[in-house]
Amino acid sequence: MSAALSVNALEKRYGSTTALGGVDLEVNEGELVGLLGPNGAGKSTLVKIACGLVRPTRGRAEVCGARAGSLDARRQIGYLAELFRFPGWYSADELLALHQRLAGSGGGAAERGELLELVGLADARDRRIEAMSKGMQQRLGIAQALVGSPPLLLLDEPTSALDPVGRRTVRQLLEELQSRGTSVLLNSHLLSEVELVCDRVVILLRGEVVSEGSPAELSRARGIEIETDEGTQIHEGTREDVPRLVAELVAAGRQVYGVRVLTSTLEDTYLEAVGGETS
Amino acid sequence: MSAIPTIAGYALREALRRKVFAVVLLLTAGFLFLYWLANHYLFADVNSLGSPSPAIEPRTFAGAFMVGLAMFSTLFLGVVLAIFLTLGAVRGDAERGLLQPLLVRPVSRPTLLFARWLGAIAVCTPYVIAVYATAVVITGVTGDWWPDHSVVPAIELAAGVAIVAALSLLGSVFLTATANGIAIFMLFGAGLVSGLLGSIGHALNSHRLEHWATIVAWAAPFEALYQDGLREITADTIGLTGYLIQLGPFGGANTGGVPVRLWACAYLVVVGLIASFAFSRRDL
Repeated sequence: MSAALSVNALEKRYGSTTALGGVDLEVNEGELVGLLGPNGAGKSTLVKIACGLVRPTRGRAEVCGARAGSLDARRQIGYLAELFRFPGWYSADELLALHQRLAGSGGGAAERGELLELVGLADARDRRIEAMSKGMQQRLGIAQALVGSPPLLLLDEPTSALDPVGRRTVRQLLEELQSRGTSVLLNSHLLSEVELVCDRVVILLRGEVVSEGSPAELSRARGIEIETDEGTQIHEGTREDVPRLVAELVAAGRQVYGVRVLTSTLEDTYLEAVGGETS
Repeated sequence: MSAIPTIAGYALREALRRKVFAVVLLLTAGFLFLYWLANHYLFADVNSLGSPSPAIEPRTFAGAFMVGLAMFSTLFLGVVLAIFLTLGAVRGDAERGLLQPLLVRPVSRPTLLFARWLGAIAVCTPYVIAVYATAVVITGVTGDWWPDHSVVPAIELAAGVAIVAALSLLGSVFLTATANGIAIFMLFGAGLVSGLLGSIGHALNSHRLEHWATIVAWAAPFEALYQDGLREITADTIGLTGYLIQLGPFGGANTGGVPVRLWACAYLVVVGLIASFAFSRRDL
């Protein structure tokens, strides 16, 4: 079975600027992959190539086996852009109806109602978009991306305008989608969010993948901090080494007051990978 | 293809909501009132003063001049509307983030462009025909003069506006909304100036001026159609009256006929193909 998104040696150049320099990436069925990287790392370019808004210079991107950008590929995706806008005179319901017609979804009013319920906008069904807050528009954007139940969802900073409650709603939504088997490529600056929901994380820097793995794999052990009557010392080892180390210290006549297993967070790994680069 | 009515309806709704449409309607009402006033006074004077020469039919001269003026104004208002409805259709909408959500749907870019054009002309062409028809009726009722041919000029004006809408959509693929609006207005102005130069060349018997004006009119066929429409309103008027009308600014210096109409259709197809090709290759 082909992956929901398969990217091979993908390159994109804008004149002399290299936005993507040979990226390989796969998002498997039902997998939620987080795309991290500083501004200008190529994250949005990668997502735009996947949904056909940008043409690659070299390499290949496929959505469910179809060339990215083709009509067949676009039938398989839902997309929320980082910078998007919907016509202000449409109501939430009318906007979803428009996208249903364009996506060929036969879900009708039931699907629209379900999607608005899912993003917490059931009460704003007939409200004009121009009368909505930015956060509400972002949630409507997510509902729009879900029209027609696409197998692959491409979300570019979907929570940038949301408050903490809105972010939690989206997190729960992503978990719900994951349980339904929907594949998601999530482009986000919010590391804690990515760490909480993603199965796998890919870190991009200057158009290249510099680190990849599950959040647990990327959160490595950094040692064990032990406080004794002689002060605090850091010992090499993992959680499994704690009983042995404490026993050795006690045997040596030390009094142990506290033990802490040190692990690097995703943020540490990220900062290490990008070298503190921000743009 | 099923996306065409959906996107055309989207464009139509967008067009009818824009303030520019309300402004154009208001200006049109003002223009038609002034036009009626001008007809009223002009034909009152024509009736009281009579003709300066027995060979000139003053009512025909005045009527043709007024309807010619109405055609110019109608074309101008229609072009304003067409440009403002299409000037930001691609690059402008992409920069505002309006285009991307539509383009990631299974809709080809040429389909989207064609539907946007249909949406724009669904507003502009009925508008142009309605304003032209109202002006003809005002002149007919006020001055008891009717054009020799009324329907063909209406169609040609509408087609001219449709061509400007297509050119504006093509420009919107490359240029920002403001730059595109300026470019298309300048192109429209250049076409009108060349038409006037053609009339001057015709009056002064300058073949080279006429030749170049004809080339420009064919390169910008909205101008050729407008000239052809002007010619049609007095196509059957003969003698000194007809000759003098031909020499005036609304005489329709360039005779176009069927070849110009066929060329206008081909031109639309060519503009559509170039716009589709360029849009298909554009990163958004």
